[in-house]
Amino acid sequence: MIRAEGLSKNYGPLRAVDGISFSVRPGEVLGFLGPNGAGKTTTMRMLAGFVPASAGYAEICGFRIDSQPLEAKRLLGYLPEGAPSYGEMAPGEFLQFIGRIRGLSGVALKKRIDEVSARLQLGPVLKQPIETLSKGFRRRVGLAQTILHDPPVLILDEPTDGLDPNQKHEVRELINAMAAKKIIVISTHILEEVDAVCTRAIIIARGRIVADETPETLIHRSRYHNAVTIRLAHTADLAAVTDELRRLAEVDHTEVDEHEYSVTAFPKSGAALLTVIGDLAGARRWPMENLRLEAGRLDEVFRSITTPEAA
Amino acid sequence: MGAIRIIAGRELRSYFATPLAYVFIVIFLAMMGVFSFYLGGFYERGQADLTPFFNFHPWLYLFLVPAIAMRLWAEERKSGSIELLMTLPVTMWQAVLGKFLAAWLFIAVALTLTFPIWLTVNYLGDPDNGVIVAAYLGSLLMAGGFLAIGACISAANRNQVVAFIVTVVICFLFMLAGFPLVLNFFSGWLPATVLHAISGLSFLTHFNSLSKGVLDIRDLLFFLLVIAAWLYANVIVLTLRKAD
Repeated sequence: MIRAEGLSKNYGPLRAVDGISFSVRPGEVLGFLGPNGAGKTTTMRMLAGFVPASAGYAEICGFRIDSQPLEAKRLLGYLPEGAPSYGEMAPGEFLQFIGRIRGLSGVALKKRIDEVSARLQLGPVLKQPIETLSKGFRRRVGLAQTILHDPPVLILDEPTDGLDPNQKHEVRELINAMAAKKIIVISTHILEEVDAVCTRAIIIARGRIVADETPETLIHRSRYHNAVTIRLAHTADLAAVTDELRRLAEVDHTEVDEHEYSVTAFPKSGAALLTVIGDLAGARRWPMENLRLEAGRLDEVFRSITTPEAA
Repeated sequence: MGAIRIIAGRELRSYFATPLAYVFIVIFLAMMGVFSFYLGGFYERGQADLTPFFNFHPWLYLFLVPAIAMRLWAEERKSGSIELLMTLPVTMWQAVLGKFLAAWLFIAVALTLTFPIWLTVNYLGDPDNGVIVAAYLGSLLMAGGFLAIGACISAANRNQVVAFIVTVVICFLFMLAGFPLVLNFFSGWLPATVLHAISGLSFLTHFNSLSKGVLDIRDLLFFLLVIAAWLYANVIVLTLRKAD
C-alpha cells in the first residue's frame, strides 16, 4: 500500500503541494491529474523520496520514505519525469547497472533483461547509446528500468509522454497487464489515459486535491452527462428542431452548434431523454446524420474543477 | 560495499565511452613530459631522481583534476539522472563514494601510465626507488584532495564551467595556504594560532615532504582527512539541494 499523509512542499514562500493525503491499495491504478504546475511532479518526487516533504510523510508498503528510504525504495519502481538515464550508455548496459544496484545478478538478471526488453520491444536498440535513440525508445528504456526488478509498487510520471499512438497503446496494455497484482500511480495530463488505464483518479489544482473518485463518477459530474446531441443534415431546419426540443417536458435547455449543425438537449434532473427524442425524431422524420447519448466530457469536468473562475 | 563498486564501475566505464578519458590521459602524459624535461631540466640536472617530475604535479593537478571533477555531479543534475540515482536503493554515501572512487581510480590509471619516466631514470642511473614510491603515493593522495574539493563544488552547481572555475580557485588557495600569497591576506586581522592552522592546510607543504620520500603519517593523514571532510560536505550539499 502507498500512503500519503498531509504531504506538503514549500519552495520559499510558495506552497507547491499543500497537505495531500491519500492511500492506494494493490490492484488499484491511480491517475494523478492536474494542470501543469499544479504539483503533480513534486508529489511524485516526494512519494519516491527524491524531494523531502516540508510537512507530512509518505509510506511505501509500511516503510516511511524519509526514515526507512532503502527499504521503501527497494519496493519501488520509479519513472522520473522525462525518463532520464545515462545517455552515453546503451540500454543493455544501463539495465545491467540498474539490475545490479537492485540486487539482481547472473542468470536471473539476464533473464529479466531479456523479458523486459522483449516486453518493451527494445531488442533492436540494446547496443546503441541511449542519447542517439528516439524519444519513444528513450521513454521505453526508462519504463524498462522501472519494472526490471518486478516491484510491487510503480510510480510513473507521465509514462506515455512523447510516444506515438501505437506506443501509447502498448504502454497502456503493459500497465493494464500489471495492474491486478501491483500498486500503480501514474501522473498524466492526458485525459484519455485516465479512461484507458485508471481505476481511480485524483485531480489536483494549486497543490490541493480537488477530486478523488473513479473515472466513471468523475465523468458523471459533467453537465453533458445523459444529454442528447442530434446532428442534422443541412436540408433540415435547425431552428425549428431546436424549438421543438425545447418544448419537451423532459428538456431543461438546449445548446446549438451552428458549425456542426447540431443541437444538444440537456435533461431536467433524473429525466431520460434518449427514447423521448428518438421517438420524436422518428415521428417528425428529421433528416439526421447522427443521434447520440452523451456519457459526459472529462475535459469539461477537468476544466471546471481546476480553474477557479469556471467553478 | 556492493553498491559503491557498481556505481564506481558504471562511472568509470562512462569515462571511456566518451573521448574524455583518452583526451585527458594524452594531455596529462604530454604535459608531464613537457614539464619534467623542459621546465624541470630532467637531463641537465644530471641527477638520477624524479624531483623535476614530481615538482610539477601540484600545478598540473590544479587544472586537470577540476576538469575531471566538474562533471561528477553537475552533469547528473543537468541530465536529470540524479533523480534516477537518488531513487535507487543506495545511500547518499554510497553514491558519493562510488563516483569519487571512480574518478580517483581514473587519475591513478593516468598516473600509472607515467611509468616510462621511472624506467628511464632507473636505466640512466641508480635512483632511490623508495623515495619514488613515496612520491607517487603523495601525488595520488594530493590528487584525491583536489578531486574531493571538485566533487563537492560540482554537487552545488548545475553549470560545469562555474564548477570548474570555483574548484580551481579553491584548490589554488589550499595549495598555497602556507605561502605569503595567501597568508598575507589573513595576517593583518587573524591571531597567530589561526594563521598557523591555515598554513598547516597547505597541500604543497605536505606534498613536498612526501615527494622527498619522507613518509610521515601526519602528511598521509592530512590528505585522507581533507578527502573525508570534503566528501562529507559533498553528502551534505547533495542532501540539501539534490532536487534544486
